[in-house]
Amino acid sequence: MNYTERLSNVTVLGAAGKMGSGILLLTALEMVDLSLKPENRGKVFVINAIDVSSEALAGLMRYIRAQALKAAEKKTVQLRAVYADRADLIDNEEIIMQYVDDVMVTIRPSVNLEVAYNSTLIFEAIKEDPELKVKLLSQLDKNNSHKPWYFTNTSSIPITQLDEKANLGGRIIGFHFYNPPAVQKLVEVIKSAHTLPEVEEFALQYAKSLRKVVVPSADFAGFVGNGHFMRDALHGIGEAEKFAKDVSLPEAIYMINKVSQDYLVRPMGIFQLIDYVGVDVCQYIMSVMNPFLKDEDLHSDFLDRLIGQGVLGGQFSDGSQKDGILKYEKGRPVAVYNPDTKKYDLISDFQASCDEKLGAMPRSIQPWKSVAFSGKSEDMLKTIFDEIKTMDTVGARLAKEYARRSKEIGLQLVADKVAFAEKDVNTVLLTGFFHAYGPINNFLD
Amino acid sequence: MVAGYNTISLGTGRKEFNPKKPRPGLEEYIREAGQGVLKQIGGAKNVDESVIGNFIASRFNRQGNLAAFMPYIDPDLRYKPAVRVEGACGSGALALATGIRSVLAETADVVLVLGVEVQNTVKAIYGADILAAAGWAKDRKEGHAYYFPGKFSDRAKAYQEKYGKEKPREAMAQWYVNAIENARLCPTAQEYHNSSEELQSCGMMNPNPRGFVDSLNVYDCSKVSDGASAIAVVSEEGLKRIGIPKSEAIEVIGMGQAEDDITKPPDDPTILATTREAVRKALESAGITKEQLGTVECHDCFSIAGILAVEAIGFAPHGGGAEFVIQGNTKRTGKVPFNTTGGLVGWGHPTGATGVHQAITIWEQLTGKAGDSQIPITAERPYGLTINMGGDDKSLVSIVFKKAE
Repeated sequence: MNYTERLSNVTVLGAAGKMGSGILLLTALEMVDLSLKPENRGKVFVINAIDVSSEALAGLMRYIRAQALKAAEKKTVQLRAVYADRADLIDNEEIIMQYVDDVMVTIRPSVNLEVAYNSTLIFEAIKEDPELKVKLLSQLDKNNSHKPWYFTNTSSIPITQLDEKANLGGRIIGFHFYNPPAVQKLVEVIKSAHTLPEVEEFALQYAKSLRKVVVPSADFAGFVGNGHFMRDALHGIGEAEKFAKDVSLPEAIYMINKVSQDYLVRPMGIFQLIDYVGVDVCQYIMSVMNPFLKDEDLHSDFLDRLIGQGVLGGQFSDGSQKDGILKYEKGRPVAVYNPDTKKYDLISDFQASCDEKLGAMPRSIQPWKSVAFSGKSEDMLKTIFDEIKTMDTVGARLAKEYARRSKEIGLQLVADKVAFAEKDVNTVLLTGFFHAYGPINNFLD
Repeated sequence: MVAGYNTISLGTGRKEFNPKKPRPGLEEYIREAGQGVLKQIGGAKNVDESVIGNFIASRFNRQGNLAAFMPYIDPDLRYKPAVRVEGACGSGALALATGIRSVLAETADVVLVLGVEVQNTVKAIYGADILAAAGWAKDRKEGHAYYFPGKFSDRAKAYQEKYGKEKPREAMAQWYVNAIENARLCPTAQEYHNSSEELQSCGMMNPNPRGFVDSLNVYDCSKVSDGASAIAVVSEEGLKRIGIPKSEAIEVIGMGQAEDDITKPPDDPTILATTREAVRKALESAGITKEQLGTVECHDCFSIAGILAVEAIGFAPHGGGAEFVIQGNTKRTGKVPFNTTGGLVGWGHPTGATGVHQAITIWEQLTGKAGDSQIPITAERPYGLTINMGGDDKSLVSIVFKKAE
């Protein structure tokens, strides 16, 4: 079975979720592009979008339509050549609409798992629950006579465990997209102890067609991405808790969030990132990873407490941010949750006094956007960290501590052989988390 | 001609432009430009008739019957004659030509001539479909996604194949630099806010055939613009009626119109043959030579069109336009300053308004009203020339002007 045949009947499980919808979109576009090649005319391509909620599937179809339209508008120059023999398609608009149609007729939304029994390739992007994943994969594999290949989007569960428990005989590989899959360039590719070489070969070809950056990771719970992020988050939470002895917890959270965003020149502060991923998702990933760790307790009472009070974060189906540890207006944090009063405290009420406590900002600091896309970020970052190095304000000290810890986590991932190289850790943070620099650097030496 | 008025040219580049926010519509632009002229000429009561030039509001704005917007400018225009003319991107100068013919025929002494286009209603990829109507519809299927950039990219490619790759590229970059430098001096220009220090390297950027066209980069292209321009075309009698001295006006000395077959590709893509013919007629009817031109407003819908226009006028032999531009002859300080408020690349290109905007720039320059954009006009070279083009060198109007007194 060649690349095209493998991609002619595909299923995405959990297709209406934020990861599943992106995987569905990218795969559907890839399949339609294949179907439009002259040698594939007349062949039928099907991608099943399976989810538990009909309502969510309706939203998914609207999302896919809007995204397919954008994709078509972006590549109209090529599409005119692709549809050159269609005399009825003259204007760009007609060509773009035809492409959107071709994408939509390839996708079959369904709440029934049975439609996946004919697929040769199955993407799994359901809830990060090992037992549920094993149950679904086993059921599918027993009923599907095509010996399908499985691409799991798990961000934390060891692939070997899924492979063995669902009895898949190495027809599985970890193919971990970053959120949102349509935008983030990174995929972590993780082989189980048994992954067949042809599965890996296909995975790499597929990643290349999608123009993704592949970072291989060892099959260890959390892999590289969450291996770094979860520990980085715990550091931030710990720093805020320490600080909360002097100020209120919301004030401490505001300050650590500011330091981790502005001082460290990151796209968002650590508490905003936790909200972005979902407070409950973070807690869950830690709980999946924790049993595999020796001499380390990856767990946060603070997150447990928030979840107990219904503070969850995450995103609305349109991609906008739900309130979590922080409250958002037009995507910007405006208040911080206070677990003691169960209310949000307005940032504007304490911002000035907190900023004063942090001390003067380093003068060379610029927003992440201006640094990351400047084309000379290395020089700008060197200037910024050189200045931070010489400063002794509370903010600068926190920033230095934060950056050192981030580097330490990165080095530990390499030492533990979760990451195969230092550059892989940096690539993950650069392309999966959109950082302007990798954590393993010499800026503070 | 007298009493010109330009709205700003709105689109990417202007600080006011935000594609997500509501913007003025066709009617606001028409009213602003129209009233801008009426204020200078003693009101609508002095107007005998009006002409409105527009390319394709029927698709950009779902609006036809544009002549009926003239009374919207001022109630005193109700029940007076008005006509809408169309010749793609040459609609503006066709409107002027229509007004000029009325005055010459002595059926009117004061004609309000207005050009307008509001293009930012659709994304560029769909705007390309709409603008493709300036070419032959039966050629659309074979054409590029960006149809007109594709046409002029083909001309640039042919020019580069004939005369070498480097020099024409350098000349196109220089054209862009000149356009922006001039636009920075004109507050209504779309590139007025442009503060880039890297103009030359922008202009030299390699074309990206995957996303755009083979031989042009985005800086070679005129802008997608919303805007309107209006001016009064008046007889000597008319001038008296509106109470403006001759010294404030410019006189039409000559005019050349030329039309070519829309179904035919150019005989030689490195030559703007219809432009050459229109300019020849204009200079001939004015009884002057190109050496007497103090300034030119040419139709640089793409930088290559600017270079080809230099050759079509005869300032340089075929293949010599690039060198002529590189040498700085078309800069505001050069031998013949071209497009002194930025032209289509720098000021903007609200298609149906462009021909009128060109005449206004000439009016400002020849009567000393150009503000920061002002260039010196000498007694040896007192004439101004406009070239307005519809389609790919198809519908041409060229006009020679001189200060009236």
